[in-house]
Amino acid sequence: MLQRSWRRLALDAAALASLAFILVPLVFVSWLAFFKQEIPSFPPEGYTLHWFSSMLTQKAIIDGFVMSAEVGVVATLVGLALGVPAALGLVRYMSWWGGAASTLLLMPLVVPAIVLGTAIYVAEVEAEILVYGFGIETPVIGTIGGLIAAHALIVLPWVVRLVTASLVGFDRSIEEAAQNLGATPMVTLRRITLPVIRPGVVAAALFAFVISFSNLELSLFLVGAGRTTLPIAILQYLEWKIDPTIAAASVVQIAIIAAAMLITDRFVKLTQVV
Amino acid sequence: MAKVEIESLSKRYGENFVVKDLSIDIPQGEFLVLLGPSGCGKTTTLRMIAGFVEPSAGRILLAGRDVTTLPPWKRNTGLVFQSYALFPHLSVEENVAFGLEMRKVSPAERRAAVSEALRLVRLEGFGARLPRQLSGGQQQRVALARALAFRPDVLLLDEPLSNLDAKLREEVRVEIRELQQKLGLTTVMVTHDQDEALSMADRLVVMAQGEARQIGTQHDLYERPADRFVAGFVGRSNFLDGGAAPDGLFLSTGGLRIACASRARGKGTLALRPEAVSVGPEAACLDNSFEGVVEYISYLGSVLDVRVRLSPQDRIIVQIANRSGEVLPKMGDTLKIGWPATAGRVFPEEGVSR
Ligand SMILES: Nc1ncnc2c1ncn2[C@@H]1O[C@H](COP(=O)(O)OP(=O)(O)O)[C@@H](O)[C@H]1O
Ligand SMILES: [Mg+2]
Repeated sequence: MLQRSWRRLALDAAALASLAFILVPLVFVSWLAFFKQEIPSFPPEGYTLHWFSSMLTQKAIIDGFVMSAEVGVVATLVGLALGVPAALGLVRYMSWWGGAASTLLLMPLVVPAIVLGTAIYVAEVEAEILVYGFGIETPVIGTIGGLIAAHALIVLPWVVRLVTASLVGFDRSIEEAAQNLGATPMVTLRRITLPVIRPGVVAAALFAFVISFSNLELSLFLVGAGRTTLPIAILQYLEWKIDPTIAAASVVQIAIIAAAMLITDRFVKLTQVV
Repeated sequence: MAKVEIESLSKRYGENFVVKDLSIDIPQGEFLVLLGPSGCGKTTTLRMIAGFVEPSAGRILLAGRDVTTLPPWKRNTGLVFQSYALFPHLSVEENVAFGLEMRKVSPAERRAAVSEALRLVRLEGFGARLPRQLSGGQQQRVALARALAFRPDVLLLDEPLSNLDAKLREEVRVEIRELQQKLGLTTVMVTHDQDEALSMADRLVVMAQGEARQIGTQHDLYERPADRFVAGFVGRSNFLDGGAAPDGLFLSTGGLRIACASRARGKGTLALRPEAVSVGPEAACLDNSFEGVVEYISYLGSVLDVRVRLSPQDRIIVQIANRSGEVLPKMGDTLKIGWPATAGRVFPEEGVSR
């Protein structure tokens, strides 16, 4: 009995420590964003909102923010366009190799992002050479198209997972009912299937956006000169200056991601899919 | 509404026939019930009519039109699913309107047809609700209204009452039947419940192992069952094993000599309805008269089921009315029972010939 409660206590302590480990940096960064002095040091000399307005004057950060948002939105749309049909197909038509296929679709999750970045970089170089061989001179590396393609790749597994989860327990007899009432398969998909799994699709979209928006490693290889995403803009700023402006930018980024996660969680319990 | 013709319909999965050579003509306005134990191919038959299962052989005609190769959405059948299959994200009204919308009926006509259908199933005022805000019985009626609203050629019901509780089931039986008669709907219903089947049908198909064993009215099935299976499945029968002798006699394995009106030969089974058996002094003057020992009594209220042992191998259940003032038999009593020769039907052994 005693031993049981000791174990329990140890488990709680470990969970608490892990949580602190995750949260402490977030708390410090957020705190730092309001410090008065330019060189971060403790204790703070006072508090100010100055760094937030200073952030707004940093062109690189604003541009990075816009770029990240653009890439995130388009990569999410591409991820949905590919991932929703993939999930429907995997759940429904691929009885025995569906398992293998969905494992394969999760590959981008297990490959370290930096390795994936290198691989995509090499692939894009090869693609450039290939099309050049056909007499077409078109850049791939450093273009927004190339970046979006790479981001679509990393959001795809998440889209498939979340949509697949929302299809578990889907009653297929309602699709038959629609067809019995005169709906073709396309109309059935549009009027019945998609609306019913919409929470899963919305969750997938929000989550995909978060994954893309916060990605650093992949983008590092693929952004063009002068056109960077927010995480890279932050990194570059840090190379020559340490002041709370960067903390302010991070607070904005954290807030956006947290909001997206909270909304997602309302549609699909993230703990069940991640 | 229209007639339905089913011609030599079969469905085979691999080597296994799930439906075998089924032919039925269903005239306009008939309520036909497919009755049989679970797994005998009833749902498969219904789904072939609706177009969700492709037949291995045979044809299906709706209103004279061959629909065998048409997909479900081009068939104009109204199917009520066992699970109701209501669209969870659409209101009751939108559910009922769906079939009309697919047929491009104008909004004004659609509204009229929807409220008419909801009135028929007594759900006026529920149009704005979502399916999950309704009870099981109400959901079932929405499913029915949805299948009726667009005037299908045939209404198809797959065990429509199986998810309702016993009391509601009896009510809904009557409701569906009245509605069907009022609208003159050609209807095919599937059930494994013989009470349900007998109380609702104009005509029944008794199915076993994918085959129609007998097609007929309640009276046909009960009074002239085609085989031992039908005799046991529709109503109750006592079965005595033995063999038929040429002179209108049946010799049971237990050694009873039973007079019967059958001309069957060889090994077989004698079937006898419990209510055809008389008990007491009047039994003595019937064609067959035996004495037996009461082995078991179940008290059912208005009647008693009494199991009587006539020989070590022959037992018969008889029904005794529970009238006041009469002495009821007790376990171990000796009882006189008898029945006329015409009451027993002899069926040759299954699989030998039918
Ligand atoms: N897709 C299928 N593949 C193989 N066997 C099937 C399939 N669908 C149904 N069956 C078999 O067909 C038989 C009849 O099924 P069904 O028509 O649902 O019976 P019922 O409705 O009379 O209970 C069952 O034994 C079932 O296992
Ligand atoms: Mg069935």
